[in-house]
Amino acid sequence: MVINNIVSKEKVWELLSEIPDPDIPVLSIVELGLVRDVEVISESNVIVTLTPSYSGCPAMGVFKDDIITALNSSGFCEVEIKISLSPAWTTDWMSDVAKEKMRAHGIAPPEKEPESELRFARQKQVTCPHCGKQETKLVSRFGSTPCKALWYCDTCEQPFEYFKCF
Amino acid sequence: MKTKDALYNFCLRLADNNLVLGQRMAEWCSRGPILEEDLALTNISLDLFGQAETLYEYAVLLKEANITADDLAFLRNERQFYNSLIVEQPNGDFAFTIVRQFLYSTFARLMCEALMNSNDESLSGYATKALKEVKYHFRHSSEWIIRFGNGTEESKNRAQFALNELWRFTDDLFVMNDIDHELISVGISFSLDDIFGQWNFAVQEVLREANLFTPERFNVIKGGSNGIHTEHLGHMLSEMQYLQRVHPGAKW
Ligand SMILES: [Zn+2]
Repeated sequence: MVINNIVSKEKVWELLSEIPDPDIPVLSIVELGLVRDVEVISESNVIVTLTPSYSGCPAMGVFKDDIITALNSSGFCEVEIKISLSPAWTTDWMSDVAKEKMRAHGIAPPEKEPESELRFARQKQVTCPHCGKQETKLVSRFGSTPCKALWYCDTCEQPFEYFKCF
Repeated sequence: MKTKDALYNFCLRLADNNLVLGQRMAEWCSRGPILEEDLALTNISLDLFGQAETLYEYAVLLKEANITADDLAFLRNERQFYNSLIVEQPNGDFAFTIVRQFLYSTFARLMCEALMNSNDESLSGYATKALKEVKYHFRHSSEWIIRFGNGTEESKNRAQFALNELWRFTDDLFVMNDIDHELISVGISFSLDDIFGQWNFAVQEVLREANLFTPERFNVIKGGSNGIHTEHLGHMLSEMQYLQRVHPGAKW
């Protein structure tokens, strides 16, 4: 039984790794660090613990349903989803591989920023995901989703999104 | 008062602040002065709705009754809302909205910092998460206050007008009742007197940099945390709750 559960646990992680983030479909919810824990109770019963990126992230509702659907169709009929708020999600949980995929998708991955309390602080230049140059400027600290800011590249004269360091 | 009832009520107070201010910010959707600000105001709104949801969900858990977070948001009347008076004040112009955000975010930031030390794990978890977002709101609104004050005569006047109008609602943020006393005694919450000084200091610091004056305390009104509101909340709720009132139980 114990061995079975370990096998199942790996299987669940594998299934979860195939669920894309609705906003950045090239990345899975596991790569973004949104899945904190998997607990297999029995062959058919599993608890998945998630941590939200932003409190009001609308994508959360979408992939909660995706998780239930994916696990249900693999024989886990009882799926419980728990939300864990502490420790709070941070972009540090994103792997380098994930960041590279993000860049290839046209979104600049998070880079270390000055403390968010400093007013008018100039953050270091974000590298343009299209041309790799650093002559870029912040257009708006808020973007199309809570996790992104709007930037503009002066070299290739293209707007791009930047995944905020959080 | 039992601790659990006090905690339930306290969660509603925190959640109502977020929900009501979130709704006000959402009213800006498609009406922002520039595209970037339209996005900023509605993003802040989204953060606030998310924070409200987290707290309502926790309140539902504490209540152990057959209610949902949606019931709490859409089926209570204004006398059952415990938000502070400042967040329910109508948007006014952009300066008014930003000044309201600034005064409130300064408070919310200190509140989160203090609640991170709560011995209630759910509340401290909430505070840790929310603080990251609130810092963004605080910074965004502070920067605008400084731009307004050092911008044109017009921007300065509008910011000063907003400040004068909203100042009388700020004492209300720090009102404590039986709920606070119960929660303080068990280490879940803390005395709001403790953060008043820091709030004042943080606000003055930005106002100084903006060359704006601290208004006189005049015509101060309080009562939000006891369910006593200004006339604006009822109107706001009648719009926000319309769908659930007309089509009870409607779902997406
Ligand atoms: Zn470029």
